[in-house]
Amino acid sequence: MTTAELPTADSNTAPFGRGAPTRHRSARLAEKSIQWLFLAPAIVYVAMFFGYPIVQNVRMSFENYSTRTFFTGQAPWVGWANYVTVIKSSLFKTTLINTGLFTVGSIVGQFIIGLALALFFRRKFPLNNLLRSLLLLPWLLPIIASTAVWKWMLDQDSGILNHLLGFLHISAVPWLVSPNVALIAVVMVNIWLGIPFNVAILYSGLQDVPTELYEAGSLGGATGWKAFRFITWPSLRPVVTVVLVLGVVYTLKVLDIIIGLTGGGPANATETLAAEAYRRSFVEFSFGTGAAVSNILIVVSLVFAFVYLRLNRRAIDE
Amino acid sequence: MSARRIAIAVASATAVSLALAGCSSSKSTGASSTPSAAASTSASSAPTSVATSAVPASAPASVAASSPASGGGLALTVEDYYTWSTGQVLDKVYKACAASIGDTITSTHTPGAGLIAKVLQQASSKTLPDVLMLDNPDVQEIAQSGALAPLTDYGITADGFTPGVVSAGTYSGKLYGLAPAVNSLGLYYNTDMFKAAGITSPPATWADFKADAAKLTKPGVYGFAMAGIGTYEGTWDFMPWMWSNGGDEKDISTPQTAQALQFLVDLVKDGSMSKSVVTWGQDDAISQFTAGKAAMVEGGSWNVSAFQAMKNFHWASVPLPTQTASQTPVAPLGGETYNVTETGNKDKMAAAAKIVACISSPANQQLLATTEGAIPSSVSLAAGVAQSNPALASFVTVVSKARSRTAELGPDWPTAATKIYTAEQSALTGKLSPTAALAQAQSQSQ
Repeated sequence: MTTAELPTADSNTAPFGRGAPTRHRSARLAEKSIQWLFLAPAIVYVAMFFGYPIVQNVRMSFENYSTRTFFTGQAPWVGWANYVTVIKSSLFKTTLINTGLFTVGSIVGQFIIGLALALFFRRKFPLNNLLRSLLLLPWLLPIIASTAVWKWMLDQDSGILNHLLGFLHISAVPWLVSPNVALIAVVMVNIWLGIPFNVAILYSGLQDVPTELYEAGSLGGATGWKAFRFITWPSLRPVVTVVLVLGVVYTLKVLDIIIGLTGGGPANATETLAAEAYRRSFVEFSFGTGAAVSNILIVVSLVFAFVYLRLNRRAIDE
Repeated sequence: MSARRIAIAVASATAVSLALAGCSSSKSTGASSTPSAAASTSASSAPTSVATSAVPASAPASVAASSPASGGGLALTVEDYYTWSTGQVLDKVYKACAASIGDTITSTHTPGAGLIAKVLQQASSKTLPDVLMLDNPDVQEIAQSGALAPLTDYGITADGFTPGVVSAGTYSGKLYGLAPAVNSLGLYYNTDMFKAAGITSPPATWADFKADAAKLTKPGVYGFAMAGIGTYEGTWDFMPWMWSNGGDEKDISTPQTAQALQFLVDLVKDGSMSKSVVTWGQDDAISQFTAGKAAMVEGGSWNVSAFQAMKNFHWASVPLPTQTASQTPVAPLGGETYNVTETGNKDKMAAAAKIVACISSPANQQLLATTEGAIPSSVSLAAGVAQSNPALASFVTVVSKARSRTAELGPDWPTAATKIYTAEQSALTGKLSPTAALAQAQSQSQ
């Protein structure tokens, strides 16, 4: 935190400093304390709602925190044992690979379709605004409701998707039933869900590309693909990094879609770190190992969060 | 450059999702508060009007208000996971039982899956209800945590109760839970489809079952449906096949269990059972049956009343088949027990024990068995049900030999149950052979 980030505090306290040079010191002190006062709500909020749960979660991951703990209040310290259990578990490798495939697959799909749609909506045509706002719909639906509908549509025997494929003489796809296909189906639904976010941000990024660039470019022969390659893409780069990094963080922690569609099955084919943490904590009530898994997830997310902060800082500096 | 614009977009995005989260969470709190609100409303209505068959004649409702000196006058609480209609019947039973000892009682109905989480929360904040209902496989785990008081200490025994329910409620040699009514799994079949396929008697052996299932299968209709989902529900529906064939949860890597799993895998391979079975819970399987998309289904006694209410739907039930005719069908015991929690308040705990005993009184056993589509826990009462309601007769037979899931492993049952559904999923999806799936699940570390 630097003072540069506190324009409100500065502008408020500035008249004091100018008007009373003899009381320079106390004015500075007042300025400092006012700065802290402005910061206090944010600090208290972050400490209470982010700091405390994370510290508790870290502590819990080093304890044998089970159903018994709730009654006795005793959670014996077990050191790294929970982490060892989690990492040695036969499921851990599958879970890691699934998490990776799920995240990469979702991000790639969301981004490509999102960018294509954002570029499309930059053209001027009737109903553009209406269509663009309709595109936000998946985002407005409660996820658990939309996954329930997707579950019906993806049903092997009576789902509409396989029904439509039947018209094209394609045999029924075991969307949620086969361990080889289930992850693809879940990624598909997550792509559908992530498109609005990508379109919204990429579209706003595209609005910032000065039209003069395209005019100048078209004089030099840069139209169509060339215009995209040499004008749009370089101008959009900062926005793209933001979308991708935030997308990764959002996707890593996805739980509702997986619980709603497959519950991590069949045969653990869609079990991700988030789903495993949930299962351990709230199905098996092994809160210690559940906390360990979620801490691993937090560390992975943090890495990407730091990447985001770095890139963001660089964008501001530029 | 565009940082501000992005920031606005991100901020508005976050605001939207936060707002949605806010809506959904307030909605869920609203929903969960409804049952207790409903409970308190009905609390104000006079218990006399409510007390019909369940209340002992010696206990008029006025006793509670007028003579607290006679050891009564306590305000007790009870918590269960029953939904609206069953919950209403139980509220009457609770009130009548409390009134009979001169106390009052308020009930909370916590929706199914949330009960254990809520109980743990209440245990840590020392706000456990005086009387707590638990699903029977959870009793030993909660008893182990120290949250329950042994009923044995209050002189309550389970004499004359079906053996399965006694072992489910017993931990370390002491009785902790008493269930008024129990249930189990059996086979329902669509009699019209049987007639159309020319099958005269329901299958009793695996070979018959397999042949019948194949005969009944035609476009749009599968021969059989069951729950094969990767949760404890999948395990529950697998237990009759495994146990009847001599399988045991201590070690699932045995030929007996492998045969049972192989049998189900073959049904999927034959096309007699849908591949979707790995995603089906019990309700999904039942809706396949009622929709006419499955000719036979593995179901529980609680399904009877819903089937009876359907017009032009003809069905019958028998115990699930065994591999050979000489084997006895062994199904898992289901049902909810009532328990006294360790609140530290001796008077209230003693009163709670009386209420637990009262909920399992013969009259209440009958009432609750009828309400839930279950079998009274008492062996002699169960025999009566078999006569008065022939639809339940096959379940009376099954329940008498039903096995409690926690009888052998106690609080370690969930670990074994996880292994069982893991193996079931691997085999039914064709990922591994049944033998390999069971061996891998048995040796897997969690």
